[in-house]
Amino acid sequence: MSAPLGLFHPAGPSAQQIAPLLWGLIWLSILVVVLIILALGLALISRGRGRADPLRVVTEESRRGLRWIYGATGASVLVLLVLVGWTWETMASTSSPPAPTAFTVDVSGAQWWWRFTYEPQNGTPGFATANELHIPVGVPVRFRISAEDVIHSFWIPALGGKTDAIPGQVNDAWLEADKPGTYSGQCSEYCGQEHAEMALLVVAEPQASFDAWRSHQTATAAPALGATGETVFVQNCGRCHTVRGTAATGMLGPDLTHLMSRSTIAAGMLSNSRGNLAGWIANPNGIKPGAKMPAVPLSGPQLQAVLTYLSTLT
Amino acid sequence: MSETALHETLPVGSPGHKAGGWFGMMTLIVTEASLFLYLLFSYYYLAFWSRSGFVPSPLPKFDLALPDTAILLLSSVTVWWGERGSRKSSRRQMALGLIATIALGAIFVCIQLVEWTQKPFHFNSSTYSALYFTVTGFHMAHVVAGLIILIALLVWDWLGYFDRRRHAPFAIGAIYWHFVDAIWLVVFFTIYVTPYLGVR
Amino acid sequence: MMSVPETDILPRTVDLADDPHLPERLNRIWETAPGLYGWISSVDHKSIGRRYIVTAFVFLLLGGLEALVIRLQLASANQHVVTPEQYDQLFSMHGITMIFLYALPVLSGFSNFLFPLVLGARDMAFPRLNAFSYWVYLAAGLFMYASFLMGAAPDDGWFNYAPNSLPAFSPGPNMDFYALGMIFLGVSTTVGAANFVVTVLRMRAPGMTLARMPILVWGTFSASAGILLAVPAVSLAFFLLWLDRTFGTKFFSSSDAGQPLLWQHLFWIFAHPWVYIIVLPAMGLVSDALPILCRRPIVGYGLVAGATVATMIIGFGVWAHHMFATGLPPIASAYFSAASFIIAIPSAVATFAWIATIWSGRPQFTTAFLYFAGFIVMFVIGGMSGVVTAAAPADLQITDTYFVVAHLHYVLIGINLFGVLGGLYFWFPKMTGRLLGERLGRWNFWVTFIGFNAAFMPMHLTGLMGMPRRVYTYPADPGLNLVNLISTLGSDVLGVGILLFLINVWLTLRRPRTAPANPWNAPTLEWSLPSPPPAYNFAVIPTVASRHPLWEDRMDNRSGRSVLDRGLALDDGKEALATTVLEARPDAVLKMPGDSPWPFALAAMMSVFFSALLSQSWWIGAASIIGLMVCTVIWLWPERRLAQTAEPPNV
Repeated sequence: MSAPLGLFHPAGPSAQQIAPLLWGLIWLSILVVVLIILALGLALISRGRGRADPLRVVTEESRRGLRWIYGATGASVLVLLVLVGWTWETMASTSSPPAPTAFTVDVSGAQWWWRFTYEPQNGTPGFATANELHIPVGVPVRFRISAEDVIHSFWIPALGGKTDAIPGQVNDAWLEADKPGTYSGQCSEYCGQEHAEMALLVVAEPQASFDAWRSHQTATAAPALGATGETVFVQNCGRCHTVRGTAATGMLGPDLTHLMSRSTIAAGMLSNSRGNLAGWIANPNGIKPGAKMPAVPLSGPQLQAVLTYLSTLT
Repeated sequence: MSETALHETLPVGSPGHKAGGWFGMMTLIVTEASLFLYLLFSYYYLAFWSRSGFVPSPLPKFDLALPDTAILLLSSVTVWWGERGSRKSSRRQMALGLIATIALGAIFVCIQLVEWTQKPFHFNSSTYSALYFTVTGFHMAHVVAGLIILIALLVWDWLGYFDRRRHAPFAIGAIYWHFVDAIWLVVFFTIYVTPYLGVR
Repeated sequence: MMSVPETDILPRTVDLADDPHLPERLNRIWETAPGLYGWISSVDHKSIGRRYIVTAFVFLLLGGLEALVIRLQLASANQHVVTPEQYDQLFSMHGITMIFLYALPVLSGFSNFLFPLVLGARDMAFPRLNAFSYWVYLAAGLFMYASFLMGAAPDDGWFNYAPNSLPAFSPGPNMDFYALGMIFLGVSTTVGAANFVVTVLRMRAPGMTLARMPILVWGTFSASAGILLAVPAVSLAFFLLWLDRTFGTKFFSSSDAGQPLLWQHLFWIFAHPWVYIIVLPAMGLVSDALPILCRRPIVGYGLVAGATVATMIIGFGVWAHHMFATGLPPIASAYFSAASFIIAIPSAVATFAWIATIWSGRPQFTTAFLYFAGFIVMFVIGGMSGVVTAAAPADLQITDTYFVVAHLHYVLIGINLFGVLGGLYFWFPKMTGRLLGERLGRWNFWVTFIGFNAAFMPMHLTGLMGMPRRVYTYPADPGLNLVNLISTLGSDVLGVGILLFLINVWLTLRRPRTAPANPWNAPTLEWSLPSPPPAYNFAVIPTVASRHPLWEDRMDNRSGRSVLDRGLALDDGKEALATTVLEARPDAVLKMPGDSPWPFALAAMMSVFFSALLSQSWWIGAASIIGLMVCTVIWLWPERRLAQTAEPPNV
């Protein structure tokens, strides 16, 4: 199954512990449905089509029928009680990670993108990024999940279940990836017009390459030494976006300090290329109707200068 | 063997207590009581989960609310006394009972309005203030509806509609009034007493 | 001609053979006036019941059209059939229409039509209130659909979560239509429920103890009790939302002490019982009709009646299983998960009872029976997918995906719609005097059944592939494209199936009324009357001695014999019999109201009131409240004719 959001390839301990319960219940359901269809089918076929007098009514009490009801109900109760126990056991085992979490990322859902703030750790400073998370393989990570406007839901199917992002409230979750790879995530609580286009990516990589990524992310942007693009950017985009190391310190939109280190833009809608960036900046609402980013009027040369500047934000 | 011919006589219409409307009023009471249950659930939920204090200081005072409660309780007594008059076909007792209840009910509303104006907050000052006015406002709306019912009963009594056999509307209206009274006790406990018990 | 004695009387017992003019006299007393006035002021439960069903079907079609557009948009990835905003209004109104404007009203229609007939009564307990509940339903439905005329239909889903429903994120009147419309509709639902409850308690024929009532009555009675307890939660939630939106209070926002989750709790405390409310009466219809088509009494009557009540009660204790992902305290999740498993047990009992009934009966494969058999299969599929979601950790993966969309459609369409369609094939002759065509009926059933399963079975897989709910598009991916396309095609076939049903109805209604009184050889009281019944239902009040009055001559003689052709005539004006609650012994002769325009007038006045609130015209609102109070007092004014006042002294 190629579906990137599918539940068929759990890749971390939380999802892997849920999977047997989920699939066990699904197979059990299929079994029950088949049994009921068989019972119904047999009842329909074997009972005939009224060969006898059509006015005759079956009047004998069906003791067999009552016994079958009691028996089947009794069996169902037993199965359901087992399922309750299995559920509670899975709840207990997924409530805490296999090892203490290594670090914390604050997740904040916004309409319609994800703000990630890595908290300071072991002397390294924290930093902000958006829409793309990196985590080290084999290490549990703590997430403190909230929202800036309406309710969203943080979900990476391959790694674990959903946690709602609710404004005014912080929900704790932990996730761990056991295999390197890129895992897709998706907002899964209706949050307005562009709920369908609020994806996120989680890149799980070996510890060493994660450390390299993290330390690179904490760096401020290289000085652009007076290039036009930076000036245009700060003037037109700096009220909403931050590029650390410049005068752009807006917090309404994603932090763009290392925009080029991300593989997608617009919360997963488009791949991160110069052409797509151009289209997005020129007309965000044409691509994502309702997006909160306004179409800032830039002339052709201004747009090109900004794009060139952005391409330096690796 | 079932019988088809009746041997016992039956009343026509529903004299006395078991009018169809009495059953209907019971269902109304069940649903309105649920409404207040959910209102108070909202109060307790918001109080429990509030990040800082929920009930602003000064905590609610009893100087108006306590006498008001006594007045409402007394009004239940008067309407009960008036209903006893219906069993004796005493139009006078019914009328006096109703007039006293209406007067007490109107005083309750006035005192509550005075208390509203004396609150140090207005409707929109905080979540608590909005909830305070909503809860007490819902109750007051039920009291006002009750007053209208009582006034209608007074008019109907004056028109001679009630006697010892046929007084179902009176019984039904009285039950509604007792219900409104009982709800007040729960509202009073929640809003005025629980802050002193730690719900703030 | 009509008298209101002040002393107790001994009402006349009449043998129908001895008084052949009785039906004619009763007809003159009970018939609704002709023309527009009669149509507006009728209090005949049979007309009201038929109106409910017809109106509900209109809303079913509207909701279905909305769904077809949704499926067209989702037939493949990244389409632009509708804009995202239009899509949001469509999926929201689809849910609102189906869940509120179709699912309960259609069952209210059945119950309204059938209750007095199956209980052996002349009318419901409160005939004018009955008419009122219909007019308010119609008015509230029109009120909510008026939002489309402004291009401002609700667009935050039928569940309408805060803070997205607050003005900062929903500045237009969309949510106000929804909030006020739902409070408006809640009035209809509540008074309808009160009417059903009191009718069951008070209007049963002599001898019809609680254990002799049809399962439909148990289903609607439980649902009505549920309505009385649950609807205030949602009315309150919408009222607080309206305050937040109109006056800037902070109940549901995250500022000050507001809590977005308070909305979810209040909403789901109502909405979870609601889903049982909209299926229990349908299960009752099947529990009554299926055994008749199997030519035997249901196996396990007491168990099924008990399971009905148990489901409604437990249904109040599981609401937070819609909120597993919100950060509930773990012990709460553990409880709600366990309770959600337990609630499957009464449903399992009912399923086993139906199968046992077929097994030990002799089924007739009419169209109605096909629908009931399909109903059983889809009930189990929907029930089992519900069991999967009951497990909280598993739910955290599949909630808010198409897996849940599959589940809810299997239970709602499988139980409610299939129960209703089967019920219509079964009771159509009683309601209209004509039998629906069987040949077209078979086509109707199979196209509907195949279309439904083609549309919704793949959605289990779609959900496991991770497609979330309430999305106007999805990423291009061959797997997702294929399952969505199949679902879209299936939904089109389902639409054709419904169309075939409507064609069958239309063709049938053009034929003359030739249906016999009892085409199915059924045992209950409604089948002892002509098809359709006369305005007064029963010429003489029947006395009931068993659950199956018309089968008694063929069954064991342990209980007595019901008597249907001899009983109280109650022909001194519009009269009905009230009986005691438990034993159903005659208790009083009731004087019933005639046609009245006040229910319609009151409903119209309420429309003015809610429109005033919507447009924030406070003075008109205040004036209409006064109008409402005046109309109500006039309606309730005690009347001598209804035996509500004491005897005037000079008589």
